[in-house]
Amino acid sequence: MIKNLVAIFLAAILTENYVLNKFLGICPFLGVSKKLNTATGMSVAVTFVMVIATAVTWPIYMYLLVPNQLEYLQTIVFILIIAALVQLIEIALRKFMPPLYNALGIYLPLITTNCAVLGVTMLVIEKGAADPTFGYVQSLVNAFGSGIGFMVAMVLFAGVRERLETNDIPKFLKGLPITLIAASLVAVSFLGFQGLVDGLLG
Amino acid sequence: MNQLWIPIVIVAVIGLIAGLGLAIASILMAVPKDEKAEDIEAMLPGANCGACGYSGCSGYAKALAHGEAQPGLCAPGGAEVAKMVSQYLGLADVDVEAKVAVVHCLGSYDNTSDKMEYEGIQTCAAAAQLAGGVSSCRYGCMGLGDCVRSCAYGAIDVCNGVAHVEPSRCKGCSMCVKACPKQLISLVPLKKQAVVRCDNCDKGAMTNKVCKVGCIGCMKCQKVCEAGAVKVEHFHATVDPEKCIGCGKCVEACPRHCLTMMEHLQA
Repeated sequence: MIKNLVAIFLAAILTENYVLNKFLGICPFLGVSKKLNTATGMSVAVTFVMVIATAVTWPIYMYLLVPNQLEYLQTIVFILIIAALVQLIEIALRKFMPPLYNALGIYLPLITTNCAVLGVTMLVIEKGAADPTFGYVQSLVNAFGSGIGFMVAMVLFAGVRERLETNDIPKFLKGLPITLIAASLVAVSFLGFQGLVDGLLG
Repeated sequence: MNQLWIPIVIVAVIGLIAGLGLAIASILMAVPKDEKAEDIEAMLPGANCGACGYSGCSGYAKALAHGEAQPGLCAPGGAEVAKMVSQYLGLADVDVEAKVAVVHCLGSYDNTSDKMEYEGIQTCAAAAQLAGGVSSCRYGCMGLGDCVRSCAYGAIDVCNGVAHVEPSRCKGCSMCVKACPKQLISLVPLKKQAVVRCDNCDKGAMTNKVCKVGCIGCMKCQKVCEAGAVKVEHFHATVDPEKCIGCGKCVEACPRHCLTMMEHLQA
């Protein structure tokens, strides 16, 4: 059981990285990765929301939508729930944890419509449909791992971008073009992790 | 019919619950806002320069509202903002002396030279790590523009290898003072007075080797000063702005032309 969970966690970070392997959440990946501290702040917020969103959407899907044969409403219901949830978290954080609110402040509302969050909530259900042992706990671990994977990608790429700043880049590649090239190279390097988790724990 | 109604009801109910939940949460967990601090923040210039010593304008406004800070610390806002804030808080007016930043170096390429061809990271902070900096004068301006980048008002230029502050644009926020690794920039009161445009504390002969306009500590300025404002210590003249009467005698006496009158700083 524990081994299984560790495998899911590692796979979510390395082989199924949402940014570098599934290409979800590219917008914050390119937008907020300019500095290391903002990248970390954003990733912590994303991880937080991913886990809580999965914790709420999974039961709603399984116990409300499936019995009524309303699987097709998945997207709209999930977006509604995620948006409301993020708002609620924001209000609660402002009241009870002002330091955390100040640290995450601007990033929280940005996450409401982050496709990586929606992607996690929907893909864990897809996985659960394919593999009956993939239940609620596994989904939560997967969501947490995906968030950490997002953080790994963000922090790695923030480092790459800080290097890019001091480099002499040809004029036609300055700005976004070189950033996209660098992002693709980082993504290719992550392909090297394919099979690693199965090899380690299988 | 049910096929149509059940999804509509479910989504509507989820939306309603979410909306109501948020409404209730926002009432239950409302954070009382500090109106005083918000009013004061609206008066401040919003430059977030940090000259007051607080974390941006909102930090200073908060400290003012709680009575922890005095009005008049805001350099970009100057006397006007200080007056507004002290009126709002019901405090006595504070006199704010306008100050501008002055670069204490005249080491342009005409007057001094570089001791190396520097191709490293193009910041003063990085260059200063390497054998005491690019300039052959170890006290002098390296002209790589850390101060230019720190200035939010575009008041600083690096021209011919030496930084220059345009006094009419300078708000006295002191960001450049902190940015300069050679501590060449200081804030001086904006009034008629003499300023020393050199920071070199080496002996005269050594200064003479590296710079045509460096202060050699010849004491001529100190001798002609009737107000006792000019002092030469460590082979380097300094002017005390409080004592300086702006007569200009030291400027005339200086054989190295590194003393300038404040009003001649405008480029």
